[in-house]
Amino acid sequence: MTLRSVRRDPLAVRVALIGAALFFLALFIGLPLITVFIQAFAKGWSAYRGAITDPISLAAVRLTLLTAAIAVPINTIFGIMAAWVITKFRFHGRSLLITLIDIPFSVSPVIAGLIYVLLFGLQGWLGPWLKEHDIKVIFAVPGIVLATMFVTFPFVARELIPLMEEQGTEDEEAALSLGASPLQTFFRVTLPNIRWGLLYGVLLCNARAMGEFGAVSVVSGHIRGHTNTMPLHVEILYNEYDFTAAFAVASLLAMLALLTLAAQSLLEWKLARGRHRTVHEH
Amino acid sequence: MSLFLPSLRKPSVIPGFGLTLGLTLSWLGLLVLLPLAALILKAANLGLMGFLASVTTPRVLAALRLSFGLSLLAAAINTVFGLLIAWVLVRYDFPFRRFVEALVDIPFALPTAVAGIALTAIYAPNGIIGSLLAPMGIKIAFTPLGILIALIFIGIPFVVRAVEPVLADLDADVEEAAHCLGATALQTFQRVILPTAFPALTTGFALAFARAVGEYGSVIFIAGNLPMVSEIAPLLIVVKLEEFEYEQATAIAVVMLFVSLLILFGINSMQAWSRWRFLRAEA
Repeated sequence: MTLRSVRRDPLAVRVALIGAALFFLALFIGLPLITVFIQAFAKGWSAYRGAITDPISLAAVRLTLLTAAIAVPINTIFGIMAAWVITKFRFHGRSLLITLIDIPFSVSPVIAGLIYVLLFGLQGWLGPWLKEHDIKVIFAVPGIVLATMFVTFPFVARELIPLMEEQGTEDEEAALSLGASPLQTFFRVTLPNIRWGLLYGVLLCNARAMGEFGAVSVVSGHIRGHTNTMPLHVEILYNEYDFTAAFAVASLLAMLALLTLAAQSLLEWKLARGRHRTVHEH
Repeated sequence: MSLFLPSLRKPSVIPGFGLTLGLTLSWLGLLVLLPLAALILKAANLGLMGFLASVTTPRVLAALRLSFGLSLLAAAINTVFGLLIAWVLVRYDFPFRRFVEALVDIPFALPTAVAGIALTAIYAPNGIIGSLLAPMGIKIAFTPLGILIALIFIGIPFVVRAVEPVLADLDADVEEAAHCLGATALQTFQRVILPTAFPALTTGFALAFARAVGEYGSVIFIAGNLPMVSEIAPLLIVVKLEEFEYEQATAIAVVMLFVSLLILFGINSMQAWSRWRFLRAEA
């Protein structure tokens, strides 16, 4: 028997295992995804259009875009810095820092919202001071942005750390020894090396920022047209039994998810090709 | 700052250590650590007896039991099917394999509220699957079974993504050797492949469990949210907040936070340990 044939399971086994895996995925992942679009268009195109162009829906879309436009760039900058310090240096407490960065991934989104209510809410630590100065954080846009930043905090760093770890520090050392300034080294050497991984992290961060529900729900106060993001608007429409409208807005978020995954597949292909090329050049 | 920092690290010509470490720690501290400390401080105000009294009321205990029990069950189911899916994706070639590969990540990318209403529409008594099961007297939506379905949905990619790289890296020689020594395919799987994949499976299980315990958006629509029956712990935190019972909400949150951090440190230590073991084996 050759090496290949040891690993090659009998046809019946293969068919049974592939069938079981595909059935599980179709039932638990495929069906919910299709359901979103079927329900969204259940009452036809004009009902769908009406639900999406409703002023309150549009306000929710705007708030979601605004939140992502603030949270994603800030977390991207800090993600790059965190990945830089973790991968380019060896220092005490390095692995503790990696674990601390992961915390928002393992904390319930509801707790992420709660901690900001405890800090900035009326009964919170800073509540009285904020009220005195007429600053609203909770039940207002700043709270939504803060909660979103908390839950999306690790995405960029998590994506960059393995990539930059693999690339080491040789390229940067070469650039520095040839007289490049630190900023030149970063923008001309490091950034081109990590651009696809960075873009991937930013996309994931953005998808989560636009789709976050639990954390934002706790701090938002659900004021229609003012503090409702798209996922919160979906909830309100659904609870009012306006299913078509709820699924119409949900379908926009589902399309965002599909676009993110399509871009992810493309970037993974690019990353694999980039890696392949570096191997050949060496 | 730069006076004592160099002693903490190995020397390097790469610039920006103080700046990037300082900014990273400040941002991490302000956004994550300080607010979490505020949570723990608030719970500390309750005192030990007050804290225990808050988290041992029948309603809180029922919610914690439901959340942890169903999350364990969902993570166990996901470990079995996650291994199966990873196996099929790594070992076999079939039409649309790349498409299926991307499909696995949907629960990562799809907003939880969207998943929640879609699952409810499917399993409600008038839904595609709900209407098939209703005549048999089986109710899924608005019962703990519905919660289980949602937790399986959000947990599956964690196991698949944890196990896939390990299965892909399996050495063909080892399986060949097992075969030459007379092992059947099943024996090879049980005694060679499964032990190799075990750390990754444990990581996937723990990640799926941690995510399920804290999950909110995909669960609350399908759960029914009946106190003592189908009310998960994260929802109870929200309910207590809406009733302005901040102490109760905080106490439940601290219990959940403690478990999450325990899992997180457990996973990271296990990964560090297996890296260490790997390095030692190499040397």
